Formats: sequence, structure tokens, C-alpha cells
Amino acid sequence: MSDLSLSILLASVLATAAPLIIAALGETLTEKAGVINLSLDGSLLLSAMVAFMVAYESGSVTLGFAAAAATAAAIAALVGIFGIYLGQLQVAVGFALTLMCKDLAYFLGNPYSRLQGPQLISMKIPGLADIPLIGPVLFQQPLAVYLSLLLIPLVWWYLYRTGRGLELRAVGENPEAAYTRGIDPRRKQLLYTLAGGALVGIAGAAFSLGIKPGWGRPQGIEGIGWIALAIVIFGGWHPLKVALGALLFALLQVIGISAQGIWPSIPAQVFQVAPFPLMILALLVVNLLQRETIRHWLQQRPGLALLAAQLHGAPPRALGQSFKPD
Amino acid sequence: MKRHLFDTLLILTISLLFTSLLVTVVGASPADAFHHLLNGSFGSWSKFSRVLNVWIPLTLCSLGLLYAFRTGLWNIGVEGQMLLGAIGTAGVMRLGVDSASPLLFLLLALISGALLGALWALLAGWLKTRGGVHEIFAGLGLNFVAMGIILWLIFGPWKRPGIASMSGTEPFPRELWFPTLEGWRVSPFALTLAVTGILFTAWILNHSRFGLKLKAVGHNPRAVPLYGLSAQTYMLIAIVISGALAGLAGGLQVSSIYHRLIPAISSGYGYLGLLVVMLANFKLLPIPFIALFFAALNVGSIQLPMMMQLDSSLSGVIQGACVLSALLVFGLRRLKAGAKS
Amino acid sequence: MQIELQQIHKRFGDVHVLQGIDLKVDAGTIHGLVGENGAGKSTLMKILTGYLSRSSGEILIEGRRADYTNPAAAAGLGIGMLYQEPQDFPPLTVLDNFIVGRDSHPDNDRGRQQQRLSELGAQVHFQLNGSSILGSLTVGERQQLEFLRLLGRNARLLILDEPTTGISDRQKERLFTALRLIRDQGRTILLVSHKLEEIAALCDRVTILRHGRVAGEETAPFHIPRLLELMFDQAPESFLQTDRHLPGERLICFENVSASGERTGLKACSCRIYQGEVVGLAGLSGSGQGLFLRLAAALQQPLQGSIRFHDSPLAGQDHRAVRKMGGCFLPANRLEEGLITGFSLVDHFTLARGCSRNDAWTEATAAISRFNIRATPNSPAESLSGGNQQRLLLSLIPETASLVLLENPTRGLDVASAKWVWDYLRGHFRNQGALIFSSAELEEIMAVADRILVFFDGRVVRDLPIDQVDYQDVASAMTGN
Repeated sequence: MSDLSLSILLASVLATAAPLIIAALGETLTEKAGVINLSLDGSLLLSAMVAFMVAYESGSVTLGFAAAAATAAAIAALVGIFGIYLGQLQVAVGFALTLMCKDLAYFLGNPYSRLQGPQLISMKIPGLADIPLIGPVLFQQPLAVYLSLLLIPLVWWYLYRTGRGLELRAVGENPEAAYTRGIDPRRKQLLYTLAGGALVGIAGAAFSLGIKPGWGRPQGIEGIGWIALAIVIFGGWHPLKVALGALLFALLQVIGISAQGIWPSIPAQVFQVAPFPLMILALLVVNLLQRETIRHWLQQRPGLALLAAQLHGAPPRALGQSFKPD
Repeated sequence: MKRHLFDTLLILTISLLFTSLLVTVVGASPADAFHHLLNGSFGSWSKFSRVLNVWIPLTLCSLGLLYAFRTGLWNIGVEGQMLLGAIGTAGVMRLGVDSASPLLFLLLALISGALLGALWALLAGWLKTRGGVHEIFAGLGLNFVAMGIILWLIFGPWKRPGIASMSGTEPFPRELWFPTLEGWRVSPFALTLAVTGILFTAWILNHSRFGLKLKAVGHNPRAVPLYGLSAQTYMLIAIVISGALAGLAGGLQVSSIYHRLIPAISSGYGYLGLLVVMLANFKLLPIPFIALFFAALNVGSIQLPMMMQLDSSLSGVIQGACVLSALLVFGLRRLKAGAKS
Repeated sequence: MQIELQQIHKRFGDVHVLQGIDLKVDAGTIHGLVGENGAGKSTLMKILTGYLSRSSGEILIEGRRADYTNPAAAAGLGIGMLYQEPQDFPPLTVLDNFIVGRDSHPDNDRGRQQQRLSELGAQVHFQLNGSSILGSLTVGERQQLEFLRLLGRNARLLILDEPTTGISDRQKERLFTALRLIRDQGRTILLVSHKLEEIAALCDRVTILRHGRVAGEETAPFHIPRLLELMFDQAPESFLQTDRHLPGERLICFENVSASGERTGLKACSCRIYQGEVVGLAGLSGSGQGLFLRLAAALQQPLQGSIRFHDSPLAGQDHRAVRKMGGCFLPANRLEEGLITGFSLVDHFTLARGCSRNDAWTEATAAISRFNIRATPNSPAESLSGGNQQRLLLSLIPETASLVLLENPTRGLDVASAKWVWDYLRGHFRNQGALIFSSAELEEIMAVADRILVFFDGRVVRDLPIDQVDYQDVASAMTGN
């Protein structure tokens, strides 16, 4: 493959991965605090539609992004309030919302089908973009890509190097102990549900105002939300691994499209569904590793043990449960 | 009883208000929208038979979900189980295309559909009981894998001669269609299946010892060994029944409604069934009625694009709004009960 | 920090758990708090640390009234508690666990916090690595970190609840040294323990609680028999005829069984129970009795050793096999582990007897009258009072049971009901099998059992027929002497 096409390949991987990274990192924050936002898929669609609609009507891409973030945050707020304060199962609310938001997106977005609207343009960083090979890949991308790349170290730093990030992690692991230490778990959980939701909204906007511009039925990003959820699990709730998982998936997608020409016999579906068996495998590994007999068996196979250690990332202990102060 | 009635009315009112607001926002008249929804589903026998064609698989899926919920399992994998049922049924039907006894093949096809759905559910169940993987994630993952398998079949080994396309496999010949009555497009056999399913489930879940055992597992899995029960075994049985019913529903979609395998063969009834059961607050009695309501919405909304330039997904919005209002009302009731104690 | 409790009362509904506790702890002392199960120790501690509100009475800190209503406020006043179950975050690092919390001035500079951790550790001779994952540490080390954290939070009153359970002897010595060090610094320590030797080794003063009241207060040096006398009631008149039964065939056999669970686990337990025996498991709660019962019921598997029931090995079997052979288990946590919420009495009988609903209705009605259960056949289990739940559980025991395992069977029953229960159990099941039961009341065991096994720290320290037992000796064995 020539230099140019490798460049284009890598550039499109980063571009494809960008919204996925943003959404998955947002959900990582939410789940690290102990809340699971199953409405991700519908929320992404709805915020993508809202972003396009608002940008189209106002002519401003920025406004579109803001509206999308607000919409997704509001959806997440519903999950938070119903789950944390009204004692409903987080998965029940999230599930109902994901279906409804999808239909809401189609319904409200109907008049905006197949229209041309404002888009994010590639921003070229002068000088750096002229570096051969990596120049166009890293320094000539739409804003969303820069945002996604910036988020990775930012989220990592927030979670592992700040006091608030520490409290976030503590709440997700043991809300009772956090409560004993004067932290209000419910407020924190709601806060990070909203924050994660806002990021999901931005991801949605990144789609309809950039990567997959416009609106339609189907829009083309159906199912990405579920993939983001799978990636969070597969990435062991760690921002760096999650981002890596998103990039891997994007790579598979891009290769899948171009490989179709070369190997038509390998079904494209393999690439589409790959994250899900991987997610199940990751969960399986986490649970099996907790068993004495398995750990003993692995000790004799250091190669496998290393692989298992990489896949191993236990969920926040309080994930999905509501905390009730008595 | 009075409280249930009040709650139901409250839920309906909130949803209707929300929907009306939404319709007004897009510049249409709510009254017109509701009129078309009603007319599109109950306006003629032909339309109503379409509603029944939705009601049948939707009810079967919902019934199946009830078994799983009794043991405390969230069988989100029901979509995949429907898909596998469709695959199983289509596979056997393909074998019987030129056969002399098409009815036999149809029956066998349905049975294999139920079987495949059951096996797919068993997979999710095993992942949960032996592997500790939560059934929501196992189910979700398997749904997507099932989707992948269907796409592969439609574009691969089972593709239409000449062009492989999203319109699915080669349609089955009329001999392999479930017979319908004059003028109706509903198969009475399928209808009977659904009604039998309701009665059977009512008896099993509410009046049999097996149903009591399922309930015990759902209420207190820790205590059931003291009564000679293994929680894991009953969870597996429940999810397998759930998968079988979903597989049956998928099989009916292939054999009596679409007459071929298409990517969207489940029509989303698996997920919709979850909404039905949530709205029914996990009780059997409301399910057939809620399913009818949802089915009517689905069919009625087909009119909307033509008549009012509205997207037919309004039905989904109404369904979702109903469930969310229900969750709100149930949640507020719990708060009230909690504050009292 | 000097702390004083004046006439603390606590009522839970009709139950008067604490009946006027007076306690004065001087600054710079280690003060012990001892008492049997149910004496009121943990309730008192929960009030002191802000988890529970007191019904009446005063708490004075440095002579001034203190009114706090939640744990964080208590922590703000300088009260810190080291719980039996660690209240920490295992997946986070040691340093993270040290830092996180709003119960004092938060300082987010990790470098400074690491330094504080090292300094505090050096003061009391605890060596902890800030970057280790907390979950990989032993119980003793996790306790050490919590200790350091409380010191770092300027806790001036440190309450320790059974701190030496589950830690090694070396860690125990380290802990004791640390306690003496901080006491000499002027901090106050309240040590709640049932291990009288440790109390004697560490404390300056001891308060003994019994049945919700202060039974006495002693100053060091302590006379252990005197402490025992104050802790336990006198040996009572037995309220039942202990007609000695000659034991029959071997029913249950434990061979060098070790298991994990409760706080202490079970270590190298070997014993044989014979048909016709009523065996009482004595010991302070969590010493291994519950684990013993669950192992015999095959609700849990041992890590080592073997258990045989009716001469078949229970390895690889679960409770259903035991049930089939005639075994039966009644847990102490009735609603969480024994009954099904939302199920009526009829439902329970349908499930337990495997019969039709009509037959179950008959059985339920019969059980209600026979066992004096205050309920109707359709009452849901959770609507029954604790005592009636216990009667329901008892009524569910199959008639043909040959091994009845009971965990605290007369908890929540009045004396007359308890007597009735024992008459029933002994009358019915002794002929065809054996009864093994644990109880928090030593008097009950002494009155009812043929044989007594005393548990301490996960081991059986006494195994005697009842007529060879000395009350004081058993009481002292329960506390580790």
C-alpha cells in the first residue's frame, strides 16, 4: 500500500473512532460512579438529530453541539433520577429510554431527512500537517477528532490524579463506605450521569455534523451506542483501554469496508458484531478469575495468564445498584 | 383494585398529554393523529387482521419474558432468540420446498424454531449461571451475534439467486404458507397458538407448583435450597421456556407473515415485549391487552406518513412514553410507601 | 479526649435495648467494653459513632454536650471507629484509601498525603506501601491503614470493635504496641472485645455490660473470674429434665474439617454426632458455630477434611442431598435465608411438602394451631413478627427429619414459647435422629443439651457431655481462656 493510502486509512480510523471514543469515555465516567446508562444508543441518535436540526436552523455548528449535549444530558438525567431517587432499576429506565429516544429521533427528525447542513470542517494545523505520513493523519482532522484525542488523557487524569476523581471511584466501589466518610453518593452519581450524558451528546453531534453528516432514517449510526457500552466493559472501565478498544473497533470497521473488495467471502458482519463476543468474553474472564480453581490452572500457563490479566477489569462493585442512606 | 385503575388512567393521561404536545410541536393536529392511528388499526377487518398479526408474536414474546422475570432474570436476549427461531424455521422450510407434505414441514419448522430459540436462551443462561455473566450483557451480545448470523445467511449461503439484498431470502411457495381464512390475513393456527399460550402460561405461572417454584427462586434465591430447589436449575428452565416462546414467535414471522427470512424478521417484537411486560408491571392479566394496544399503535402508525407527513415512529414514542410514565407512577408510589413506614 | 455517656437509653419499638448506660472514659486511657451477645455493645457503639440516634441520655465530649446525627458529624468531632468489617475500597490503592473522604480537611496533593502516610506509619511502626492495591492486603494490614487514616483525621477517640479477629499474632502485637503509643500521646481508646485476655493485657479500665445495663466497672489489674461473673448470669436451674439418652448410631462425622466463612472460619474440626443426641454449640457469635451448621447441612463445602452424613460423604453434594437423607436446616436470618418474602403460609407448605394446595392449606391450618402461630394461612411471611416467623420455620420441619440443624432457634421467643419449642423438638426428633443447635444464651444450652461444643476463634475448644460441664469453665472457654 502506498504512503498516501495508508495515511488515508489511518486518518479515517481516527475520524471513525472519534465519536465512539467520546461516547465510551462519557459512559465510563457514569459507570465508574456506579450508574449504568442503557439509553446510550437512543440517546446518541436523538442528540445527533437535535445537533443537525439546531445547526441547520441556526446555521451554527457550535449551537448544534450545545443542543446535543443538553439533550443527552437530559436523557441521562431521567436515568439518574428514576434510578437513583425513585428506586427504579437503572437498566429498566435506560432500556425504555433507548427505544423511545430512537423513535423520537426519527419522528422529530422527519422533516430534516436528506438535507444538507453545516458541517465540521477539517482543521489543518499549519506546519505540523505537512509532516509526511502522520501529518495528515493527526493534524488535519475535524475538531471532533482533536477533542476525542484530548479527552483520553483528560479523563484518565481526572479519574486517577484528582481528588474528585478519587471520590467518583470510591462512590462506584462502595457507596456505603463513601457515605460514612461524608461523601453524598447519590449527588455524585447524578452529577456524573449528567456529565457522561453530555459527552454522549457531543458524540452524537460529532456524527451528524461531521463523520456521518446529515440526518436520515436510518441515519447510519444505529447500534453504535450498544457498541460503546460493550467497549466500556471490554476496556475494563479504564479510559485508556476503552479508548484503545474504540480505536480497534474503528480499525476493524475501516478494514472491513476496504477488505470487502479484496476478500468478499469474509462477511462484513463479522467486523460489525466483533465487539459483542469480546465483551462477553471479557465478562467471563472477570468472573472466572475469581474462582480459586481457575486461578490455580492459570498459574501453570503464564502466557494465558498474561492475556487474562489484560482482559481483566472488574466492574465497579456498586454498578447498577441504588444506594439508600438509612 | 381502585388504585390500579387510578394508576392506569394516570399513566395513559400523562402519555397522551406528552404525545399531543409532541405532535403539536411538529405542527400537526393531535386529534388528527389519534384519528388516523385508530382508523389505521381498527378501521377495517383487513387492518385489524394486520394488528392481530403483530399481536400474536408480540404476545408470545411477552409471555416468554414473564417466565424469565419470575425467576428474576432480565432476558434482554429475547430479540436474538426470536431471530434464531426464525432461522431455524426458515432452515427447515427450505428443506420442505418441494415436499409432498408441506403441513408436516411447517409444523416441524415451527418446532425447530422454538428449539433454536430455546438453545440460544440456554446459552445466555449458562453464561449467567456458570460464567457469572449478567444476563443483560450476555443477552445483548448474543442479540448482535444472532443479527450477524442472519445477515450472513441472507447475503451468503441463503441468498437469492442472482442478487443478494436486504429484501431477504427467496420467498417460500404458497404451499408452505400457513393457511388463512377467506379475506383475513391472519392464520387461525397462529391465533390459536397465541391464545393457548396465554391460557397455558396463566395456569402454569399462577396455579401450578412449578410456577410457585419459579416465584420462590425470584423472591429469594438464597432460601430455596432449604426447600429442595436449585435456583440455578430453575433459572435455566425459565430462560429456556422464554427462548422457546420467542423462537416460536420468530418462526411464525417467517411462516405466516413474511414468508421468507429478512434481516428485520423480528420487527423489534423482542424489545417491544420487554416494554409490554414492564408496563404490565410483570403481571399476566394486562399483557394481552397492552400487546393489543401496542400492536394497534404499530399498525395504525403506518398511515401517518401518507396522511399527515408524520414519521410512523410516533407509535414507538407513545409506547416508550407509556412505559416511562408507568415507571414514574410506580416510583412515586414506592416513595410514598417508603415515607409512610 | 474525655468522653462521657450519661443515662443512654435506646428503644427499638417495644424492645428496650439500652437501659440507662453511664460510661466515663478519661483522656489518655484504653477503656474496655465487654459483654455477652445481645448485651448492647454494638448498639451503644452505633450511637456513639452517629449511626443511630439515642432515645434519651447525653453524650458529653470534654464536658460539653454533643449532639450529632450522622457518622460524618461524629468524625468531625474526633470520633473514629475501626469496624469489624472494613469500610474501605479494595480496588483502590492504599494511598487512595488513605486520602479519600470528606470527614476532615481534604488535601489533594498526593505527594503530601504520601508523606503523611509514611510519617504516621513510622510513628506507630506500621509498614504500608502506598501504591499497593488495598484488596491484596491481609485483613490486618487493611486494619492498619484504617488506623492510620483515623490518626490522620485527628481522631481523638478511637473505638475498636473486635479488632483482633482474623489477624495474625504478629499483627496483633503491632496493633497493641500502636495502641499503647497513641494512648501515651493522649488519645483515648475504647476497646470492644470478648477476648478477656486481651482486655486484661491492654486496658486501664473495663466496663461490663449485661442485658442492656452496666453490670460493673473494674480497674486494672483485672481478675478474670470476676469479669466473667459480671458478664454472664449465674448458672440457672435447668428448666427441663435432661433425661440422659444413650446415643445410637453415628449420624454426622467431621474429620479434620477446615472452612472459610464468618469471620474466623473453622479450623481442623473433628467430631462425631450420634443419634439421640441434643448437641448445643456454645460460643460468642461468629466463632464458627454457624459455619459448622452450614457445613453439616451441605450448604457450604469445606476447604479441607471430610464430612459424612449417615456414612455417605457429603463432598460434592449440596443441601438437596442432605434433605433427601433427612437433614434440615433452620437459619437465624429467618426472612433473608429461610422464608420467601411475598409467600403465604400455604405457599410455604406447598413448597416444603410438595403437595397440593388443598393439602397445604390443611397443613398450614394445623400448624397455626399446633405451633401457636399468630397468622392466617394466607398471611405473607414478612407480615409475621420475628417470633412467629420462627414458629413457622419450626412447623416446616419435615416429620421424618433425622438431623435437625438450628441456628439460634429460640431467638425472639419468650420463655414459655421457648420451653414449648424444646419440648416439641426433643420429644419429636430425638428418637429418630439428632438435634444440633447454636444459641447465644449459654443458659439455654446448659438446660437443654446433652452435649456441648464450645467454639472460640473458629476452633472447638471444649467437647463435653453436659453433666461434666462447669458453667464457669465454659464461659471462660468462650472468651478464650
